[in-house]
Amino acid sequence: MYEGMLAETTTVQGFNGDIINAYFARPLGPGPFPGVVVIHHMPGWDELYREMTRKFAHHGYLAFSPNIYYRFGHGSPDDVAAKVRASGGVADDSVLGDTEGSVRFLKSLPQSNEKIGVFGTCSSGRQAFLAACRLKGFDAAVDCWGGGVVMSKEELTSKRPVAPIDYTEDLSCPLLGLFGEEDQNPTPQHVHLLEEELKKYGKNYEFHMYPKAGHGFFYYDRPLYRQEQAVDGWKKLFAFFEKYLRPSS
Amino acid sequence: MCTGIVETTEVKGSGKGPSGWFKLEEVNVSYDHPTDAPLEHALNIDFVNEKMGPGARVAVELSPESARKLVDAILTALSRGEDLSKN
Repeated sequence: MYEGMLAETTTVQGFNGDIINAYFARPLGPGPFPGVVVIHHMPGWDELYREMTRKFAHHGYLAFSPNIYYRFGHGSPDDVAAKVRASGGVADDSVLGDTEGSVRFLKSLPQSNEKIGVFGTCSSGRQAFLAACRLKGFDAAVDCWGGGVVMSKEELTSKRPVAPIDYTEDLSCPLLGLFGEEDQNPTPQHVHLLEEELKKYGKNYEFHMYPKAGHGFFYYDRPLYRQEQAVDGWKKLFAFFEKYLRPSS
Repeated sequence: MCTGIVETTEVKGSGKGPSGWFKLEEVNVSYDHPTDAPLEHALNIDFVNEKMGPGARVAVELSPESARKLVDAILTALSRGEDLSKN
């Protein structure tokens, strides 16, 4: 069977009408294919996220990763990420605007099946959850160890004025959460609090808490990598997306 | 990168990046996930000049123990230098 993929940088209209960069990987062929917005993590719009975006395309998704750091300047991802870190992170509203633009783009494609998921890890796990609560148009969301979903009042800033957990009632699609027992942000207690909120509002969710794993256990280039948990996590993730984004398969 | 712990201060001096020496204006010190050091969290120091763009950066990522040794070494060298200046 023929297999092909096209992966390239492009642009999209994001927050505030800005035209930002994005990385778009998709399978060749007429489709129809589901779409996934791949929100990059705090270390930036980097090689790892390029790989993950292509991984989604390999599995038959129109995968679109907007550069949510576009407004901080350009250069190597770690330099830009350092600037973002020093600036206190990227504003939630900015990420939501860029994500909304990405959804609009994906749904406009002739090969789209109209189903859209959102995925993120670490800071972008938090943003994926936030997007699934505050934006319409998602059919599934995956939060991988998103830190800062639960926030104390002292942690709130002008860029992050509301703890995402406070938007749980507005969650508009099924949610998959992958977490590590040894993580310090989110701690198992944070995950438990989020789960209680999801239960309270009768939300459709699926959480997996992995033993002997901490933060970022998918990252094969970091000491946090946990092979067994990562392989299982990817399997669960794709099973979840297949169920909600490609229901006829 | 999930701690969000960062301290920033102005500095005067120069740093050497990939394109040579440049004027430093700020230093950002964070305790967070490093990019390269094989640690879960590191003390990251970025000497930067924001006006020159994100690439104007001299970066180090240190283990907490190494960072404390660096602080001690800086203070010791400063003290010895300032003592010499007084004489």
